[in-house]
Amino acid sequence: MTTAEINKPNGPVAAALLAGGIGSAVLGLATFGSEASEAIGASLNWYKPVGPLMGKSSLGIIAFFLFWAILNYIWKGKETNFTRVATIAMVLVVIGLILTFPPAWGILLGGE
Amino acid sequence: MSINDLWTTMHGMVFGFIFLLGFAGALVGVYMMKSEWLTTEGTNANVSRLRIFLWLLAIAVWLAVFSGTYIVYPWYRAAPPEGLTDLTNFPRFLLLANESTAFWHKFGMEWKEHVAFISPMAATVVAFVAQYYGAALARKPEIRRWVMIFFVVAFFAASIAGMFGAFITKAAPIR
Repeated sequence: MTTAEINKPNGPVAAALLAGGIGSAVLGLATFGSEASEAIGASLNWYKPVGPLMGKSSLGIIAFFLFWAILNYIWKGKETNFTRVATIAMVLVVIGLILTFPPAWGILLGGE
Repeated sequence: MSINDLWTTMHGMVFGFIFLLGFAGALVGVYMMKSEWLTTEGTNANVSRLRIFLWLLAIAVWLAVFSGTYIVYPWYRAAPPEGLTDLTNFPRFLLLANESTAFWHKFGMEWKEHVAFISPMAATVVAFVAQYYGAALARKPEIRRWVMIFFVVAFFAASIAGMFGAFITKAAPIR
């Protein structure tokens, strides 16, 4: 292990974590949106045998890789406030977990 | 064994299980990456194995969600022809036809099919961090802690998917 390895900037790692959080949150928002509105659900039906699940999951995955690439470009070679970025990433992951939990849809939609 | 059985097994019992079974070992591997516990040689040897292991787990869980979504799920949600009363080959409709089993679709499948996608994203992040820092991860306690949290999230999502997958397959198997 060299000093250069130890001193590697944390930007790319922060980018990956935040992208993971964004991907999860987008997945959750797409899932909730699909439950909240039939029109959104229909617009996410990209492949009939799979139904709206394809649109919902694809949006989450696309957001994950797209934001990873963008954030990595911005933070490459830079040092970030890692605790803050990781905390935001975890909050986004929790949003994704809540919005993919079926009872949460009913609660958020006012008991529908 | 039919093609449907084969793919259902590959999805859950091969790809999904590789991730679920491998999780504990990989988590311990990350946890043990402490500079005060390992020699430099030990750290280097450990991290080489850990990198490969974490990427294999991430690939396994991506394969699990993609095989589940694009191969098995269409069989699960296929609609029966109008007027058909025997719903054995149409698991979603079979579950929904009976009040006592509708829960498995309305709660179990609805949760499983969505939350599962968080797992490969989180597992990929973990593998990337180990790849990026390598042995230097042993000197980064805070990053290691966040990596373990992300990995536990990946495991949580995969275990929900795996558990409900097993229950639903019991209640209404894909034939």
